[in-house]
Amino acid sequence: MKRTVLVLILVSMGAWSAPTLMAFCGFYVGKADTKLFNQASQVVLARDGDRTVLTMVNDFQGSLKEFAIVIPVPTVLKREQIHVGDKALIDHIDAYSAPRLVEYFDDDPCAPRFLAERAAAMPMAATAPPARMADARSRSLGVTIEASYTVGEYDILILSAQQSTGLETWLRENGYRIPAGASEVLATYLKQNMRFFVARVNLTEQTKLGYSYLRPLQMAFESPKFMLPLRLGMVNANGPQDLIVYALTRRGRVETTNYRTVKLPADMDLPVFLKDRTEFGRFYKAMFARQLEKQGSSVVFTEYAWDTGWCDPCASDPLSSDELRRLGVFWQEGFTPVDPRTRGTFITRLHVRYDAAHFPEDLVFQETADRANFQGRYVLRHAWTGDSSCSAAAGYRSSVRDRQEREAQQLASLTGWQLNTIRTKMGIDKPLPEPAAWWQRIWKN
Amino acid sequence: MADPRLYQIGVLTGLLVYGMGWLDFDITIARAALLLATVLVTQAVCDRFDGPRPANVKSALISGLSLCLLLRTNDPLLAVVGGVLAIAGKFVFRYRRKHIFNPTNGGIVALLLVSDRVWLSPGQWGAVAFFGFLMACLGGLVVNRASRSDVTCAFIAAYCALLFGRSLYLGEPMAIPLHRLESGALLLFTFFMISDPKTTPDSRAGRVLFASLVAFGAWYVQFRLFRTNGLLWSLAAWSMAVPLIDRLLPGERYGWVTARRPQKFSWLPASAGSPTAAAAFRLKPEATGLSRSTQ
Repeated sequence: MKRTVLVLILVSMGAWSAPTLMAFCGFYVGKADTKLFNQASQVVLARDGDRTVLTMVNDFQGSLKEFAIVIPVPTVLKREQIHVGDKALIDHIDAYSAPRLVEYFDDDPCAPRFLAERAAAMPMAATAPPARMADARSRSLGVTIEASYTVGEYDILILSAQQSTGLETWLRENGYRIPAGASEVLATYLKQNMRFFVARVNLTEQTKLGYSYLRPLQMAFESPKFMLPLRLGMVNANGPQDLIVYALTRRGRVETTNYRTVKLPADMDLPVFLKDRTEFGRFYKAMFARQLEKQGSSVVFTEYAWDTGWCDPCASDPLSSDELRRLGVFWQEGFTPVDPRTRGTFITRLHVRYDAAHFPEDLVFQETADRANFQGRYVLRHAWTGDSSCSAAAGYRSSVRDRQEREAQQLASLTGWQLNTIRTKMGIDKPLPEPAAWWQRIWKN
Repeated sequence: MADPRLYQIGVLTGLLVYGMGWLDFDITIARAALLLATVLVTQAVCDRFDGPRPANVKSALISGLSLCLLLRTNDPLLAVVGGVLAIAGKFVFRYRRKHIFNPTNGGIVALLLVSDRVWLSPGQWGAVAFFGFLMACLGGLVVNRASRSDVTCAFIAAYCALLFGRSLYLGEPMAIPLHRLESGALLLFTFFMISDPKTTPDSRAGRVLFASLVAFGAWYVQFRLFRTNGLLWSLAAWSMAVPLIDRLLPGERYGWVTARRPQKFSWLPASAGSPTAAAAFRLKPEATGLSRSTQ
């Protein structure tokens, strides 16, 4: 039986000293100014049947020559199963599936009503081999180099090992800084006969290719396992880490089977000051943290679930068939959907904040038949600010104040922020001026 | 002693309310009502043609509530089909006057086999220890009253041995098997499904064997085949072996106890099938802990 990949460790490698094992999945995407979550990783999982295409984007910040990644895999991957992807694809899938703000503008209460709608995206996710090794030394440690490839700017080795201590020693001797505790975790995967995929940047190739950043590594494999490892990355994790998973499937929504999968609160009216990008970022982070606490921390949040063919409103254009194919959607060719809007591929965006205390075991997923749409959509309703003075205007202003008060309470409840601070920011901390008495309206002049 | 099924209905209802109100179970009130109506009508129709006798409301409600807790689909029609399959299965799949499949288990597995538009959400319960503890207590109460705690105990023992054994072999921290045990889905299965006295073997030895086989099957599906819903697939598969186990290890047939109408058949669990089946019950109160039996 073919079993597959799925344990990933990100390792940084230092030429002069032992490098540090970083959090697993240290991936990020998005422009620097949209980066909301530190230590966020992003993974795209395109899966149908037992076939999976895994795309990983890492957020390694140091010098590229110090970078390396170790991915335990159960089988030896062929050269053609490994690919270096395009980071723009991840940026696009992030923007497309990101929580979004929708704006509505109230009209002149004295004129016929008309609603305008605009959507604004908030991309969230911000979310060497050691020189040539002496074969004899490798053998003495029980480590075998099964294969060696150069793919794009990466040098890749596939290792097998008999003992985790041998593997650990090999990694240390070859410049990887393995933290205490890692070898115990490595041992559990070794006992399952996994191999280790080790990649580092080939600086010569990288210079030739002209990239100044790390492009996503992709691998295609066949395995009944539908999971992502978290444990290795938690060995020396510095606090909780964020992971965003974009699952692309044929049938429907993806959820975790060993942790609760919960939809984040969405589709609600919120104060318009959140239109400011920084404020929206602050809101989303605060809401996420509060919901996590409320749900008991051991929970995976769904941020988006939709057919990839369309969106409403769109935070970004849907991904093209070609983009989906490059992300690993291999089943679309020749597929003719019944509904022309659909593309037959469903996207689920999951957001996990994990630490060892709340996520003792790796994430296990399942594809469900659920094609119900869900999106993180937040509505801003702008009040009419003109100086209309018809009789409807007073009633309108009063209703706006009631609405704003509800929005303030909603925001306070979602984020735990002080209600009075919110009211002040909204400018509703002072009572409305008393409406003019009826007789004052008779002799205005 | 009151009919233990009343406790079961109460606990399942409580779980459903808790799940819908606090755990965001992916089921609406309308869908729950549809499922319950389906199982009740199906039960009434089947009882009428099979008896005739009054509809076995309690048994149908237990199946219906369990389906509400477990079965998920976007299509109301498939929910109806699931309800019909669960109840009708009790009347169709019988061997020597004993039905083969636990109704909920049979209905769900049949639906999973014929449609790719249904699913279960084993993670929906979370792993809140309090919740698991509460369920275990309540479930234990039901099981003890139904006098089939040996199945539950044997299953837990075997399943724990497999989970802990695997983790010990791999060198995993014990937090991993413990987290796997802190599953509402597992507790529901252990205390409310595998313990169904109408589908487990008649003898204690048979039940212990059965529980161990189900535990192994579930473990195998989850950790060797890496598929979901191992508990349900395993129970359905080994349920087909119960007639053989009963033949090899014969024992007394089980009957539910009711407080008020012990002589009538209206209480018969759907599983009991026909009046003839009821006549076959020869319970020993001292052996089962039941104060009154049926005849």
